[in-house]
Amino acid sequence: MVRIGAFLVGLFFAGWLLISFLVGAYSYVVEPPAKTVEHEFHLAPKHVSFSFDGPLGRYDNQQLQRGFQVFKEVCSACHSLKFVAFRDLAGIGYNEAEIKAIAKNWTIKTPSVDPATGEASTRDGIPADYFPSPFANNVAAAAANNNAIPPDLSLMTKARHHGSAYVYSLLTGFQEQPAELLKHFPDAKTPEGLHFNPYFANLNLAMAPPLSADGQVTYGDGTKPTIDQMSQDVAAFLTWTAEPKLENRRRAGVATILFLLIATGLAYMAYQNIWADKKKAA
Amino acid sequence: MSFPWAEHYTPKHPLMQWVDEKLPLPRLVYNAVGAGYPVPRNLNYFWNFGVLAGLALLIQIVTGVVMAMHYGANTLVAFGTVEQTMRDVNAGWLMRYAHANGASFFFIVVYLHIFRGLYFGSYKAPREMVWLLGLVIFLLMMATAFMGYVLPWGQMSYWGAKVITGLFGAIPVVGEPIQTWLLGGFAPGNASLNRFFSLHFLLPFVIAAVVILHIWALHIPGSSNPTGVEVKGPQDTVPFHPYYTAKDGFGAGIFLILFAILLFFAPNYLGHPDNYIEANPLSTPAHIVPEWYFWPFYAILRAFTVDFFFVPAKLLGVLAMFASILLLFFLPWLDTSPVRSGSYRPTFKTFFWILVLDVLILGYCGGAPAEEPYVMISQVAAAYYFAHFLIILPMIARFEKPLPLPNSITEAVLAKYAKADGEPAAVPAE
Repeated sequence: MVRIGAFLVGLFFAGWLLISFLVGAYSYVVEPPAKTVEHEFHLAPKHVSFSFDGPLGRYDNQQLQRGFQVFKEVCSACHSLKFVAFRDLAGIGYNEAEIKAIAKNWTIKTPSVDPATGEASTRDGIPADYFPSPFANNVAAAAANNNAIPPDLSLMTKARHHGSAYVYSLLTGFQEQPAELLKHFPDAKTPEGLHFNPYFANLNLAMAPPLSADGQVTYGDGTKPTIDQMSQDVAAFLTWTAEPKLENRRRAGVATILFLLIATGLAYMAYQNIWADKKKAA
Repeated sequence: MSFPWAEHYTPKHPLMQWVDEKLPLPRLVYNAVGAGYPVPRNLNYFWNFGVLAGLALLIQIVTGVVMAMHYGANTLVAFGTVEQTMRDVNAGWLMRYAHANGASFFFIVVYLHIFRGLYFGSYKAPREMVWLLGLVIFLLMMATAFMGYVLPWGQMSYWGAKVITGLFGAIPVVGEPIQTWLLGGFAPGNASLNRFFSLHFLLPFVIAAVVILHIWALHIPGSSNPTGVEVKGPQDTVPFHPYYTAKDGFGAGIFLILFAILLFFAPNYLGHPDNYIEANPLSTPAHIVPEWYFWPFYAILRAFTVDFFFVPAKLLGVLAMFASILLLFFLPWLDTSPVRSGSYRPTFKTFFWILVLDVLILGYCGGAPAEEPYVMISQVAAAYYFAHFLIILPMIARFEKPLPLPNSITEAVLAKYAKADGEPAAVPAE
């Protein structure tokens, strides 16, 4: 009984799947799926190398501090960084006094409550504060940005495939819409208020090119602030904000694997030793 | 529940004698996973994966309990508390990455354990109950993993929960009330997150209980072995301890090395970037995909694209997806060949490897976007999956001519070592 029932169930599922396949294959041949503009013109992130590439790469604090400066002077006008606190900047080489000053002088003040009246107010930042958001809420953010909410950047490089390269490519990827694209997809013309960027998933994004000229920020360490350099630096900084424990993790990994290799070697010898009398011809 | 020649527990120290009189727990352990459990002497490395699955469960429980100490099961804070665990809790990043990748490794070893059972016919009499309990564990694991993936409340958490509970919505008439009842609302929300957290904490301990039953049921006939020939005498077995504890120790080392490589150097490799975006009910991700260990089943679900008269394609997909797992419960009665091990079944072996390839193809298609040609490929692959278990396997059992089996485990072992030494096989006197 079990086998007859199974046979019938199997025949039904397998048969209907094959019929579905034939139906699908027929329409695939008769009417091949149309190519979309995203399929044709979306680009994978550019190749760019960072100090933290590879299994043993480390962050370059100089670069992270430059990237932080770009974030502070450019990105932070619209983007929040809500999972990172001022105190975390110790991780990229700032000392206590510097962090206190950065928090205190941050353009956006920290939301607070007036101790006298209980009304909502703001105060200067302290190291324990998380980076305050530039907009009070999503409605305000959308209203100020052509109806697009600037996403939080804390985890951006982990929230996209090849995130560090993605951020770099997006920042350096703004361009005129190719004539080729408009020829094949006349409907896909970038709408008013959006900006063409082949590294963005649907090719048009609301953000205007944030890094538009060399020298937009002035680096203290003498590095030449080209658009390419600033893009790399801020991509590195955002990699750190997304994965601040990267160096601890890799260090712990090397130690753990060395220990495990030795322990496993010993375990293998114990195994061979115990089985020695069982593993030979009688 | 063991062979008559099993070693007996004899506590020497007076304290252990005293404990044994009051509560013979050490005796139980000794008989279950100690020297008191005789095991076939010819087990290959595929027999390591049961113990490794137990180790993986242990890792999940330990890291999970620590994670729960820092987690807030509320849609307003859940995503943030997970991030805080990663950033501000001592070794929180280690616990979180170990837990997320531990789930993947748990499924890897369990899939290899199931592979072993399928190839070597471990599901056959007298071990049907071991197989059935194993499948119960597998189903509980899937439920636990699904609910655990919802907890970080990222985009994939939210939309995954919506899609999977939406499967129940495909059931006619009662579907939508069931979906609402499961979620505690019309869409995933705070009620869903709270109950998933509660159940995600509970189910691993249910799994642990079923694991005990699984081992108990295993100890009644004793372990199977690569020849599939039953144990005939003391010369065929070795005590579990120290022989297999030593071998499992080595296996655990290899397992932990591979686990550490992924955990410390590519912790997000198996995850989806969208889950680092906080859940947003107003923005649907471009491709909603479950975790890799569900991909073969997800491919079967999406393979049905044509309605069967009044049965909508979506419902067929849901039925087929559940059927693809439930049919495994009937396996001991579908494959009636008296020969257990695939090594002695030439026809079975051919089709078995086609099945392995088929499941890998299904997995690949399940992770790919729902576009052609992936849908067409998964339709053919899913058709083979059902045909294999429900039609081909029972037929092979009937028509196949198996190879001659060795007379005993010892004979097979001696023949192997004699061959390795370049001597003619010794035939033991019986």
